[in-house]
Amino acid sequence: MPHTSATPRIATLPTPLDTRQRVETPEGIDLSLRPAGLVIRSLAFAIDLLVRGALLVGLLLLLDALGEIGLGAGALLLFLVNWWYMVLFEVLNQGRSPGKHLLKLRVVMDDGTAIGWSASLIRNLLRFVDMLPVGYCLGALWCLHEPWFRRLGDLAAGTLVVYQDRPRAQPPRLASTPLAAPFPLEQADQRAILGFAERRGTLSDARADELANLLAAPLGVASAAQAKARLDSLAQGLLGPT
Amino acid sequence: MKQQPFEARHQALWQAFSLRLSALERGKARSAHAEGFSQDYRRLCQHLALARSRNYSSHLIDQLEHLVRRGHQQLYRRRSQLGPSIMAFLAAGFPRQVRAQWPLVVAASLLFFMSLLLTALWVYLYPEQVYSILDPAQVAAMQSMYDPQGSRLGRGVERLASEDWRMFGYYVMNNIGIAFQTFASGLLLGLGSAFYLVYNGVTIGAVAGHLSGIGSGPTFWSFVIGHGAFELTAIALAGAAGLGLGLALVAPGRLSRGEALRRAAKASVQLVYGVVVLLLLAAFVEAYWSAKSSLAPWLKFGVGIGLWALVLSYLTLAGRGRHAPE
Repeated sequence: MPHTSATPRIATLPTPLDTRQRVETPEGIDLSLRPAGLVIRSLAFAIDLLVRGALLVGLLLLLDALGEIGLGAGALLLFLVNWWYMVLFEVLNQGRSPGKHLLKLRVVMDDGTAIGWSASLIRNLLRFVDMLPVGYCLGALWCLHEPWFRRLGDLAAGTLVVYQDRPRAQPPRLASTPLAAPFPLEQADQRAILGFAERRGTLSDARADELANLLAAPLGVASAAQAKARLDSLAQGLLGPT
Repeated sequence: MKQQPFEARHQALWQAFSLRLSALERGKARSAHAEGFSQDYRRLCQHLALARSRNYSSHLIDQLEHLVRRGHQQLYRRRSQLGPSIMAFLAAGFPRQVRAQWPLVVAASLLFFMSLLLTALWVYLYPEQVYSILDPAQVAAMQSMYDPQGSRLGRGVERLASEDWRMFGYYVMNNIGIAFQTFASGLLLGLGSAFYLVYNGVTIGAVAGHLSGIGSGPTFWSFVIGHGAFELTAIALAGAAGLGLGLALVAPGRLSRGEALRRAAKASVQLVYGVVVLLLLAAFVEAYWSAKSSLAPWLKFGVGIGLWALVLSYLTLAGRGRHAPE
Protein backbone atom coordinates (compact mmCIF):
# COMPACT_ATOMS: atom_id res chain seq x y z
CA MET A 1 0.00 0.00 0.00
CA PRO A 2 1.42 3.41 -0.89
CA HIS A 3 2.52 5.56 2.00
CA THR A 4 1.17 9.07 2.22
CA SER A 5 2.79 11.85 4.17
CA ALA A 6 -0.49 13.44 5.14
CA THR A 7 -1.17 13.23 8.84
CA PRO A 8 -4.43 11.54 9.69
CA ARG A 9 -7.21 13.68 11.08
CA ILE A 10 -7.29 13.77 14.84
CA ALA A 11 -11.00 13.17 15.22
CA THR A 12 -12.83 11.55 12.34
CA LEU A 13 -16.26 13.00 11.92
CA PRO A 14 -19.13 10.56 11.81
CA THR A 15 -20.52 10.01 8.33
CA PRO A 16 -23.94 11.63 8.31
CA LEU A 17 -27.00 9.59 7.48
CA ASP A 18 -28.77 12.44 5.72
CA THR A 19 -27.90 14.30 2.52
CA ARG A 20 -25.46 16.72 4.16
CA GLN A 21 -22.18 17.11 2.34
CA ARG A 22 -19.01 18.17 4.09
CA VAL A 23 -16.74 20.71 2.46
CA GLU A 24 -13.40 21.61 3.94
CA THR A 25 -12.44 25.29 4.01
CA PRO A 26 -8.85 26.61 3.81
CA GLU A 27 -9.03 27.17 7.58
CA GLY A 28 -9.37 23.43 8.13
CA ILE A 29 -13.01 23.74 9.15
CA ASP A 30 -15.60 21.34 7.80
CA LEU A 31 -18.71 23.12 6.63
CA SER A 32 -21.82 21.10 6.03
CA LEU A 33 -23.99 21.96 3.03
CA ARG A 34 -27.48 20.62 2.59
CA PRO A 35 -28.16 20.17 -1.16
CA ALA A 36 -31.74 20.74 -2.26
CA GLY A 37 -33.52 17.91 -4.06
CA LEU A 38 -35.57 17.74 -7.21
CA VAL A 39 -39.00 18.61 -5.82
CA ILE A 40 -38.15 21.84 -4.05
CA ARG A 41 -35.97 22.95 -6.93
CA SER A 42 -38.83 22.36 -9.36
CA LEU A 43 -41.11 24.43 -7.13
CA ALA A 44 -38.60 27.27 -7.05
CA PHE A 45 -38.32 27.08 -10.83
CA ALA A 46 -42.10 27.16 -11.21
CA ILE A 47 -42.26 30.31 -9.07
CA ASP A 48 -39.53 31.90 -11.17
CA LEU A 49 -41.43 30.98 -14.31
CA LEU A 50 -44.54 32.73 -13.01
CA VAL A 51 -42.55 35.80 -11.98
CA ARG A 52 -40.93 35.96 -15.39
CA GLY A 53 -44.26 35.55 -17.15
CA ALA A 54 -45.86 38.31 -15.11
CA LEU A 55 -42.83 40.54 -15.68
CA LEU A 56 -42.97 40.04 -19.44
CA VAL A 57 -46.71 40.55 -19.78
CA GLY A 58 -46.60 43.72 -17.67
CA LEU A 59 -43.66 45.26 -19.49
CA LEU A 60 -44.86 44.28 -22.95
CA LEU A 61 -48.24 45.88 -22.33
CA LEU A 62 -46.43 49.01 -21.26
CA LEU A 63 -44.09 48.97 -24.26
CA ASP A 64 -46.87 48.17 -26.70
CA ALA A 65 -48.19 51.66 -26.11
CA LEU A 66 -44.91 53.09 -27.38
CA GLY A 67 -45.16 51.61 -30.89
CA GLU A 68 -42.06 50.78 -32.96
CA ILE A 69 -39.58 51.89 -30.32
CA GLY A 70 -41.46 49.81 -27.78
CA LEU A 71 -41.27 46.73 -30.02
CA GLY A 72 -37.49 47.03 -30.29
CA ALA A 73 -37.16 47.46 -26.56
CA GLY A 74 -39.59 44.57 -26.12
CA ALA A 75 -37.38 42.24 -28.15
CA LEU A 76 -34.35 43.26 -26.10
CA LEU A 77 -36.36 42.74 -22.96
CA LEU A 78 -37.52 39.31 -24.04
CA PHE A 79 -33.89 38.42 -24.61
CA LEU A 80 -32.85 39.77 -21.21
CA VAL A 81 -35.60 38.00 -19.31
CA ASN A 82 -35.13 34.73 -21.21
CA TRP A 83 -31.41 34.35 -20.89
CA TRP A 84 -30.24 36.71 -18.13
CA TYR A 85 -32.97 36.70 -15.47
CA MET A 86 -31.40 33.85 -13.49
CA VAL A 87 -27.82 35.02 -14.03
CA LEU A 88 -28.45 38.56 -12.83
CA PHE A 89 -30.36 37.45 -9.76
CA GLU A 90 -27.86 34.76 -8.83
CA VAL A 91 -24.82 37.00 -9.07
CA LEU A 92 -26.29 40.20 -7.66
CA ASN A 93 -28.57 38.71 -4.99
CA GLN A 94 -26.35 36.23 -3.13
CA GLY A 95 -27.21 33.27 -5.35
CA ARG A 96 -30.97 33.63 -5.01
CA SER A 97 -33.53 34.12 -7.74
CA PRO A 98 -36.95 35.21 -6.41
CA GLY A 99 -38.23 31.61 -6.41
CA LYS A 100 -35.20 30.36 -4.53
CA HIS A 101 -35.40 33.30 -2.14
CA LEU A 102 -38.99 32.41 -1.31
CA LEU A 103 -38.18 28.76 -0.67
CA LYS A 104 -34.97 29.54 1.25
CA LEU A 105 -32.61 28.07 -1.33
CA ARG A 106 -29.46 29.51 -2.80
CA VAL A 107 -26.86 28.64 -5.41
CA VAL A 108 -23.27 28.29 -4.21
CA MET A 109 -20.07 26.94 -5.70
CA ASP A 110 -19.41 23.35 -4.67
CA ASP A 111 -16.75 24.55 -2.22
CA GLY A 112 -19.33 26.65 -0.40
CA THR A 113 -18.21 30.03 -1.75
CA ALA A 114 -20.42 32.57 -3.48
CA ILE A 115 -21.23 32.11 -7.17
CA GLY A 116 -19.56 34.32 -9.82
CA TRP A 117 -20.51 35.51 -13.30
CA SER A 118 -18.89 32.69 -15.28
CA ALA A 119 -20.29 29.87 -13.21
CA SER A 120 -23.76 31.38 -13.22
CA LEU A 121 -23.68 31.93 -16.97
CA ILE A 122 -22.53 28.34 -17.60
CA ARG A 123 -25.18 26.76 -15.41
CA ASN A 124 -27.95 28.85 -16.94
CA LEU A 125 -26.88 28.47 -20.57
CA LEU A 126 -26.62 24.72 -20.17
CA ARG A 127 -30.19 24.75 -18.86
CA PHE A 128 -31.04 24.42 -22.56
CA VAL A 129 -29.60 20.90 -22.54
CA ASP A 130 -31.21 20.01 -19.20
CA MET A 131 -34.59 20.84 -20.75
CA LEU A 132 -34.12 18.24 -23.48
CA PRO A 133 -35.89 16.29 -24.84
CA VAL A 134 -38.98 17.74 -23.19
CA GLY A 135 -39.86 19.36 -19.85
CA TYR A 136 -36.48 19.07 -18.07
CA CYS A 137 -36.34 15.27 -18.50
CA LEU A 138 -32.56 15.10 -18.76
CA GLY A 139 -32.01 17.53 -15.91
CA ALA A 140 -34.51 15.79 -13.65
CA LEU A 141 -33.05 12.35 -14.31
CA TRP A 142 -29.54 13.59 -13.65
CA CYS A 143 -30.67 15.37 -10.51
CA LEU A 144 -32.16 12.12 -9.16
CA HIS A 145 -29.05 10.15 -10.04
CA GLU A 146 -26.44 12.53 -8.64
CA PRO A 147 -25.53 12.37 -4.92
CA TRP A 148 -25.47 16.19 -4.65
CA PHE A 149 -28.72 16.59 -6.67
CA ARG A 150 -27.02 18.53 -9.45
CA ARG A 151 -28.31 18.83 -12.97
CA LEU A 152 -25.94 18.85 -15.96
CA GLY A 153 -25.51 22.63 -15.90
CA ASP A 154 -24.53 22.53 -12.23
CA LEU A 155 -22.05 19.78 -12.97
CA ALA A 156 -20.27 21.77 -15.67
CA ALA A 157 -20.29 24.99 -13.67
CA GLY A 158 -19.28 23.34 -10.39
CA THR A 159 -22.27 24.78 -8.57
CA LEU A 160 -24.79 23.44 -6.10
CA VAL A 161 -28.25 24.44 -4.89
CA VAL A 162 -28.40 24.31 -1.09
CA TYR A 163 -30.86 25.09 1.67
CA GLN A 164 -30.15 28.27 3.58
CA ASP A 165 -30.09 27.06 7.15
CA ARG A 166 -31.46 29.50 9.69
CA PRO A 167 -30.01 29.32 13.19
CA ARG A 168 -32.51 28.04 15.72
CA ALA A 169 -33.62 30.11 18.68
CA GLN A 170 -31.53 29.98 21.82
CA PRO A 171 -32.79 27.15 24.08
CA PRO A 172 -33.85 28.24 27.56
CA ARG A 173 -31.15 28.23 30.19
CA LEU A 174 -31.23 25.28 32.59
CA ALA A 175 -32.07 26.12 36.16
CA SER A 176 -30.97 22.90 37.84
CA THR A 177 -27.94 22.51 40.08
CA PRO A 178 -24.87 21.28 38.24
CA LEU A 179 -23.76 17.73 38.88
CA ALA A 180 -20.70 15.76 37.80
CA ALA A 181 -21.35 12.46 36.06
CA PRO A 182 -20.97 9.42 38.35
CA PHE A 183 -18.95 7.60 35.66
CA PRO A 184 -16.82 8.85 32.73
CA LEU A 185 -18.92 9.79 29.66
CA GLU A 186 -17.97 9.11 26.07
CA GLN A 187 -18.00 12.09 23.68
CA ALA A 188 -21.15 10.86 21.98
CA ASP A 189 -22.84 10.42 25.38
CA GLN A 190 -22.00 13.99 26.34
CA ARG A 191 -23.46 15.29 23.10
CA ALA A 192 -26.57 13.18 23.63
CA ILE A 193 -27.16 14.47 27.16
CA LEU A 194 -26.65 18.08 26.08
CA GLY A 195 -28.87 17.54 23.06
CA PHE A 196 -31.64 16.10 25.21
CA ALA A 197 -31.53 19.09 27.56
CA GLU A 198 -31.55 21.59 24.70
CA ARG A 199 -34.37 19.94 22.79
CA ARG A 200 -36.65 19.42 25.78
CA GLY A 201 -38.77 22.40 24.76
CA THR A 202 -39.56 20.86 21.37
CA LEU A 203 -40.37 17.34 22.65
CA SER A 204 -43.74 16.33 24.02
CA ASP A 205 -43.78 15.38 27.69
CA ALA A 206 -44.60 11.77 26.92
CA ARG A 207 -41.69 11.47 24.49
CA ALA A 208 -39.30 13.15 26.95
CA ASP A 209 -40.42 10.73 29.67
CA GLU A 210 -39.95 7.79 27.34
CA LEU A 211 -36.42 8.85 26.44
CA ALA A 212 -35.44 9.65 30.03
CA ASN A 213 -36.85 6.35 31.21
CA LEU A 214 -34.25 4.51 29.15
CA LEU A 215 -31.57 5.96 31.40
CA ALA A 216 -33.38 5.58 34.72
CA ALA A 217 -31.61 2.32 35.60
CA PRO A 218 -28.01 3.38 34.74
CA LEU A 219 -28.51 6.65 36.63
CA GLY A 220 -29.82 4.79 39.65
CA VAL A 221 -33.18 6.56 39.92
CA ALA A 222 -36.69 5.13 40.07
CA SER A 223 -38.97 7.30 37.89
CA ALA A 224 -38.84 9.07 34.58
CA ALA A 225 -39.35 12.45 36.25
CA GLN A 226 -36.32 11.89 38.46
CA ALA A 227 -34.29 10.75 35.44
CA LYS A 228 -35.22 13.94 33.61
CA ALA A 229 -34.11 16.07 36.56
CA ARG A 230 -30.89 14.10 36.84
CA LEU A 231 -30.15 14.49 33.14
CA ASP A 232 -30.72 18.24 33.40
CA SER A 233 -28.25 18.40 36.28
CA LEU A 234 -25.70 16.41 34.32
CA ALA A 235 -26.16 18.70 31.32
CA GLN A 236 -25.73 21.72 33.56
CA GLY A 237 -22.59 20.11 34.93
CA LEU A 238 -21.22 19.71 31.41
CA LEU A 239 -22.09 23.27 30.48
CA GLY A 240 -20.98 25.27 33.47
CA PRO A 241 -18.78 25.20 36.58
CA THR A 242 -19.33 22.35 38.98
CA MET B 1 -13.02 25.36 29.75
CA LYS B 2 -16.69 24.55 29.99
CA GLN B 3 -19.25 25.80 27.58
CA GLN B 4 -20.89 28.63 29.50
CA PRO B 5 -17.69 30.53 30.37
CA PHE B 6 -16.57 30.02 26.74
CA GLU B 7 -19.81 31.50 25.45
CA ALA B 8 -19.67 34.40 27.90
CA ARG B 9 -16.12 35.24 26.89
CA HIS B 10 -16.68 35.29 23.11
CA GLN B 11 -20.33 36.24 22.78
CA ALA B 12 -19.51 39.88 22.00
CA LEU B 13 -17.24 38.96 19.09
CA TRP B 14 -19.85 36.62 17.61
CA GLN B 15 -22.60 39.20 17.80
CA ALA B 16 -20.45 41.93 16.25
CA PHE B 17 -19.43 39.54 13.47
CA SER B 18 -23.03 38.59 12.80
CA LEU B 19 -24.06 42.23 12.47
CA ARG B 20 -21.20 42.86 10.08
CA LEU B 21 -22.22 39.86 7.97
CA SER B 22 -25.79 41.12 7.72
CA ALA B 23 -24.53 44.47 6.46
CA LEU B 24 -22.32 42.77 3.88
CA GLU B 25 -25.10 40.48 2.72
CA ARG B 26 -27.46 43.38 2.15
CA GLY B 27 -24.74 45.11 0.18
CA LYS B 28 -24.53 47.95 2.70
CA ALA B 29 -20.90 47.57 3.72
CA ARG B 30 -18.18 48.11 1.15
CA SER B 31 -15.92 45.09 1.15
CA ALA B 32 -15.14 42.02 3.18
CA HIS B 33 -11.46 42.84 3.04
CA ALA B 34 -11.55 45.83 5.34
CA GLU B 35 -10.76 46.37 8.99
CA GLY B 36 -9.91 42.99 10.36
CA PHE B 37 -12.76 40.97 8.86
CA SER B 38 -10.47 38.08 8.01
CA GLN B 39 -8.89 38.11 11.48
CA ASP B 40 -12.31 37.94 13.10
CA TYR B 41 -13.35 35.21 10.68
CA ARG B 42 -10.32 33.09 11.49
CA ARG B 43 -10.86 33.51 15.22
CA LEU B 44 -14.40 32.32 14.68
CA CYS B 45 -13.07 29.28 12.84
CA GLN B 46 -10.84 28.55 15.79
CA HIS B 47 -13.79 28.84 18.16
CA LEU B 48 -15.77 26.40 16.03
CA ALA B 49 -12.91 23.91 16.01
CA LEU B 50 -12.56 24.24 19.78
CA ALA B 51 -16.29 23.86 20.32
CA ARG B 52 -16.28 20.68 18.24
CA SER B 53 -13.28 19.10 19.89
CA ARG B 54 -14.57 19.98 23.38
CA ASN B 55 -17.99 18.50 22.66
CA TYR B 56 -19.96 21.62 23.34
CA SER B 57 -23.66 21.36 22.70
CA SER B 58 -25.11 21.04 19.21
CA HIS B 59 -26.84 24.37 19.50
CA LEU B 60 -23.60 26.28 19.99
CA ILE B 61 -21.85 24.34 17.25
CA ASP B 62 -24.72 24.94 14.84
CA GLN B 63 -24.71 28.63 15.65
CA LEU B 64 -20.96 28.94 15.11
CA GLU B 65 -21.10 26.89 11.95
CA HIS B 66 -23.82 29.14 10.58
CA LEU B 67 -21.63 32.19 11.20
CA VAL B 68 -18.59 30.51 9.66
CA ARG B 69 -20.56 29.52 6.56
CA ARG B 70 -21.77 33.07 6.04
CA GLY B 71 -18.30 34.46 6.67
CA HIS B 72 -16.79 31.98 4.24
CA GLN B 73 -19.14 33.18 1.52
CA GLN B 74 -18.27 36.81 2.12
CA LEU B 75 -14.51 36.34 2.40
CA TYR B 76 -13.86 34.06 -0.55
CA ARG B 77 -15.42 36.03 -3.36
CA ARG B 78 -14.26 36.26 -6.92
CA ARG B 79 -14.98 39.94 -7.03
CA SER B 80 -12.97 42.19 -9.27
CA GLN B 81 -13.54 45.58 -10.80
CA LEU B 82 -15.89 44.94 -13.67
CA GLY B 83 -14.91 47.87 -15.92
CA PRO B 84 -11.15 47.33 -16.19
CA SER B 85 -11.50 43.56 -16.43
CA ILE B 86 -13.95 43.86 -19.33
CA MET B 87 -11.57 46.20 -21.13
CA ALA B 88 -8.63 43.86 -20.57
CA PHE B 89 -10.70 40.93 -21.74
CA LEU B 90 -11.66 42.64 -24.98
CA ALA B 91 -8.17 44.00 -25.61
CA ALA B 92 -6.29 40.77 -25.02
CA GLY B 93 -8.09 38.00 -23.15
CA PHE B 94 -10.65 37.10 -25.79
CA PRO B 95 -8.34 36.83 -28.84
CA ARG B 96 -5.85 34.92 -26.71
CA GLN B 97 -8.54 32.48 -25.69
CA VAL B 98 -9.56 32.04 -29.33
CA ARG B 99 -5.95 31.28 -30.30
CA ALA B 100 -5.44 28.98 -27.32
CA GLN B 101 -8.37 26.89 -28.54
CA TRP B 102 -7.40 27.02 -32.20
CA PRO B 103 -8.02 23.33 -33.02
CA LEU B 104 -11.63 23.66 -31.92
CA VAL B 105 -12.02 26.99 -33.70
CA VAL B 106 -10.63 25.51 -36.92
CA ALA B 107 -12.90 22.48 -36.64
CA ALA B 108 -16.00 24.59 -36.02
CA SER B 109 -15.11 27.02 -38.81
CA LEU B 110 -14.61 24.16 -41.26
CA LEU B 111 -17.98 22.64 -40.35
CA PHE B 112 -19.80 25.95 -40.67
CA PHE B 113 -18.11 27.63 -43.63
CA MET B 114 -17.62 24.47 -45.68
CA SER B 115 -21.28 23.50 -45.37
CA LEU B 116 -22.21 27.09 -46.23
CA LEU B 117 -20.00 27.26 -49.33
CA LEU B 118 -20.82 23.77 -50.59
CA THR B 119 -24.56 24.33 -50.24
CA ALA B 120 -24.34 27.72 -51.90
CA LEU B 121 -22.45 26.23 -54.82
CA TRP B 122 -24.83 23.30 -55.08
CA VAL B 123 -27.94 25.51 -55.08
CA TYR B 124 -26.29 27.93 -57.52
CA LEU B 125 -25.58 25.11 -59.98
CA TYR B 126 -28.89 23.29 -59.47
CA PRO B 127 -31.40 26.09 -58.66
CA GLU B 128 -34.38 23.79 -58.11
CA GLN B 129 -32.53 22.15 -55.20
CA VAL B 130 -33.29 25.14 -52.99
CA TYR B 131 -36.76 23.65 -52.46
CA SER B 132 -35.28 20.56 -50.88
CA ILE B 133 -33.78 22.76 -48.17
CA LEU B 134 -36.20 25.64 -47.67
CA ASP B 135 -39.96 25.57 -48.10
CA PRO B 136 -41.48 27.66 -50.92
CA ALA B 137 -42.95 30.31 -48.58
CA GLN B 138 -39.51 31.00 -47.12
CA VAL B 139 -37.99 31.23 -50.57
CA ALA B 140 -40.65 33.71 -51.70
CA ALA B 141 -40.09 35.84 -48.59
CA MET B 142 -36.35 35.86 -49.23
CA GLN B 143 -36.85 36.87 -52.83
CA SER B 144 -39.05 39.83 -51.97
CA MET B 145 -36.64 40.94 -49.22
CA TYR B 146 -33.65 41.15 -51.50
CA ASP B 147 -35.50 42.41 -54.55
CA PRO B 148 -33.09 44.90 -56.21
CA GLN B 149 -36.01 47.35 -56.51
CA GLY B 150 -36.60 47.49 -52.75
CA SER B 151 -35.64 50.65 -50.91
CA ARG B 152 -34.54 49.10 -47.63
CA LEU B 153 -33.29 45.60 -47.09
CA GLY B 154 -33.40 42.70 -44.76
CA ARG B 155 -36.27 40.81 -43.14
CA GLY B 156 -39.16 42.99 -44.15
CA VAL B 157 -39.74 45.13 -47.22
CA GLU B 158 -39.92 48.91 -47.12
CA ARG B 159 -38.42 49.53 -43.75
CA LEU B 160 -38.81 52.91 -42.18
CA ALA B 161 -36.06 54.57 -40.17
CA SER B 162 -37.91 53.96 -36.92
CA GLU B 163 -37.92 50.26 -37.74
CA ASP B 164 -34.13 50.09 -37.50
CA TRP B 165 -34.34 50.07 -33.73
CA ARG B 166 -37.00 47.39 -33.75
CA MET B 167 -34.85 45.22 -36.01
CA PHE B 168 -31.86 45.80 -33.75
CA GLY B 169 -33.81 44.35 -30.85
CA TYR B 170 -34.98 41.47 -33.00
CA TYR B 171 -31.45 40.67 -34.24
CA VAL B 172 -30.04 40.71 -30.70
CA MET B 173 -32.70 38.36 -29.41
CA ASN B 174 -32.63 36.02 -32.36
CA ASN B 175 -28.91 35.79 -33.05
CA ILE B 176 -27.62 35.60 -29.50
CA GLY B 177 -30.31 33.03 -28.77
CA ILE B 178 -29.02 30.91 -31.68
CA ALA B 179 -25.43 31.32 -30.50
CA PHE B 180 -26.35 30.25 -26.97
CA GLN B 181 -28.16 27.18 -28.30
CA THR B 182 -25.18 26.28 -30.46
CA PHE B 183 -22.91 26.49 -27.42
CA ALA B 184 -25.13 24.71 -24.92
CA SER B 185 -26.03 21.78 -27.14
CA GLY B 186 -22.31 20.95 -27.28
CA LEU B 187 -22.88 19.18 -23.98
CA LEU B 188 -24.51 16.38 -25.99
CA LEU B 189 -21.05 14.98 -26.78
CA GLY B 190 -20.48 17.85 -29.20
CA LEU B 191 -23.13 16.54 -31.58
CA GLY B 192 -25.56 19.38 -30.88
CA SER B 193 -23.02 22.06 -31.72
CA ALA B 194 -21.95 20.24 -34.87
CA PHE B 195 -25.60 19.94 -35.88
CA TYR B 196 -26.33 23.64 -35.39
CA LEU B 197 -23.15 24.65 -37.21
CA VAL B 198 -24.01 22.54 -40.24
CA TYR B 199 -27.71 23.42 -40.10
CA ASN B 200 -27.03 27.16 -40.03
CA GLY B 201 -24.36 26.78 -42.70
CA VAL B 202 -26.73 24.88 -45.01
CA THR B 203 -29.59 27.35 -44.51
CA ILE B 204 -27.48 30.44 -45.10
CA GLY B 205 -25.74 28.73 -48.02
CA ALA B 206 -29.04 27.81 -49.66
CA VAL B 207 -30.31 31.39 -49.43
CA ALA B 208 -27.02 32.78 -50.74
CA GLY B 209 -26.85 30.34 -53.65
CA HIS B 210 -30.48 30.83 -54.60
CA LEU B 211 -30.39 34.62 -54.55
CA SER B 212 -27.12 34.72 -56.50
CA GLY B 213 -28.71 32.41 -59.04
CA ILE B 214 -31.80 34.54 -59.66
CA GLY B 215 -29.91 37.81 -60.03
CA SER B 216 -30.38 39.33 -56.57
CA GLY B 217 -26.75 38.53 -55.83
CA PRO B 218 -25.35 42.09 -55.59
CA THR B 219 -28.19 43.23 -53.32
CA PHE B 220 -27.81 40.22 -51.07
CA TRP B 221 -24.03 40.16 -50.82
CA SER B 222 -23.74 43.90 -50.24
CA PHE B 223 -26.31 43.50 -47.46
CA VAL B 224 -24.65 40.63 -45.63
CA ILE B 225 -20.96 41.37 -46.06
CA GLY B 226 -20.82 44.08 -43.38
CA HIS B 227 -22.39 42.38 -40.39
CA GLY B 228 -21.40 38.93 -41.65
CA ALA B 229 -17.87 39.65 -40.46
CA PHE B 230 -19.13 39.70 -36.88
CA GLU B 231 -22.09 37.39 -37.12
CA LEU B 232 -20.60 34.44 -39.01
CA THR B 233 -17.40 34.54 -36.94
CA ALA B 234 -19.46 34.61 -33.77
CA ILE B 235 -21.50 31.56 -34.80
CA ALA B 236 -18.32 29.64 -35.60
CA LEU B 237 -16.82 30.61 -32.23
CA ALA B 238 -19.98 29.64 -30.33
CA GLY B 239 -19.77 26.28 -32.09
CA ALA B 240 -16.11 25.97 -31.10
CA ALA B 241 -17.04 26.62 -27.46
CA GLY B 242 -19.71 23.92 -27.66
CA LEU B 243 -17.37 21.43 -29.32
CA GLY B 244 -14.97 22.05 -26.41
CA LEU B 245 -17.62 20.86 -23.95
CA GLY B 246 -18.29 17.78 -26.06
CA LEU B 247 -14.60 16.95 -26.45
CA ALA B 248 -14.12 17.08 -22.67
CA LEU B 249 -16.80 14.40 -22.30
CA VAL B 250 -15.62 12.22 -25.18
CA ALA B 251 -11.87 12.44 -24.51
CA PRO B 252 -11.27 13.67 -20.96
CA GLY B 253 -7.60 12.64 -21.02
CA ARG B 254 -6.17 11.99 -17.57
CA LEU B 255 -8.97 13.78 -15.73
CA SER B 256 -12.29 12.44 -14.60
CA ARG B 257 -15.11 13.37 -16.97
CA GLY B 258 -16.66 15.73 -14.43
CA GLU B 259 -13.41 17.58 -13.84
CA ALA B 260 -12.59 17.74 -17.56
CA LEU B 261 -16.07 19.13 -18.26
CA ARG B 262 -15.67 21.77 -15.56
CA ARG B 263 -12.35 22.98 -16.95
CA ALA B 264 -13.63 22.97 -20.52
CA ALA B 265 -16.69 24.96 -19.46
CA LYS B 266 -14.49 27.54 -17.78
CA ALA B 267 -12.48 28.03 -20.97
CA SER B 268 -15.54 27.91 -23.25
CA VAL B 269 -17.48 30.54 -21.38
CA GLN B 270 -14.68 32.99 -22.18
CA LEU B 271 -15.45 32.42 -25.85
CA VAL B 272 -19.16 32.91 -25.14
CA TYR B 273 -18.53 36.33 -23.60
CA GLY B 274 -16.69 37.34 -26.76
CA VAL B 275 -19.45 35.92 -28.93
CA VAL B 276 -22.04 38.07 -27.15
CA VAL B 277 -19.99 41.20 -27.83
CA LEU B 278 -19.48 40.25 -31.48
CA LEU B 279 -23.20 39.62 -31.96
CA LEU B 280 -24.16 42.93 -30.36
CA LEU B 281 -21.84 44.63 -32.86
CA ALA B 282 -23.32 42.54 -35.65
CA ALA B 283 -26.87 43.52 -34.72
CA PHE B 284 -25.89 47.17 -34.63
CA VAL B 285 -24.22 47.04 -38.05
CA GLU B 286 -27.06 45.00 -39.51
CA ALA B 287 -29.78 47.35 -38.33
CA TYR B 288 -28.12 50.69 -38.97
CA TRP B 289 -25.64 50.12 -41.80
CA SER B 290 -26.38 47.01 -43.87
CA ALA B 291 -30.05 47.88 -44.35
CA LYS B 292 -29.41 51.25 -45.98
CA SER B 293 -29.96 50.71 -49.71
CA SER B 294 -29.26 54.34 -50.53
CA LEU B 295 -25.52 53.68 -50.26
CA ALA B 296 -23.58 52.59 -53.32
CA PRO B 297 -22.77 48.88 -53.41
CA TRP B 298 -19.03 49.50 -53.89
CA LEU B 299 -18.99 51.46 -50.61
CA LYS B 300 -20.72 48.62 -48.78
CA PHE B 301 -18.37 46.04 -50.26
CA GLY B 302 -15.37 48.17 -49.34
CA VAL B 303 -16.48 48.66 -45.76
CA GLY B 304 -17.51 45.01 -45.51
CA ILE B 305 -14.09 43.78 -46.61
CA GLY B 306 -12.53 46.25 -44.17
CA LEU B 307 -14.65 44.80 -41.32
CA TRP B 308 -13.66 41.23 -42.21
CA ALA B 309 -10.00 42.24 -42.19
CA LEU B 310 -10.53 44.00 -38.87
CA VAL B 311 -12.19 41.01 -37.18
CA LEU B 312 -9.67 38.50 -38.50
CA SER B 313 -6.65 40.59 -37.58
CA TYR B 314 -8.17 41.29 -34.15
CA LEU B 315 -8.58 37.57 -33.47
CA THR B 316 -5.12 36.63 -34.77
CA LEU B 317 -3.00 39.59 -33.64
CA ALA B 318 -4.52 41.34 -30.60
CA GLY B 319 -2.98 40.64 -27.20
CA ARG B 320 0.26 39.21 -28.51
CA GLY B 321 2.54 41.92 -27.12
CA ARG B 322 4.43 41.28 -23.94
CA HIS B 323 3.02 44.40 -22.35
CA ALA B 324 -0.54 43.69 -23.33
CA PRO B 325 -2.96 44.34 -20.48
CA GLU B 326 -3.68 41.39 -18.29
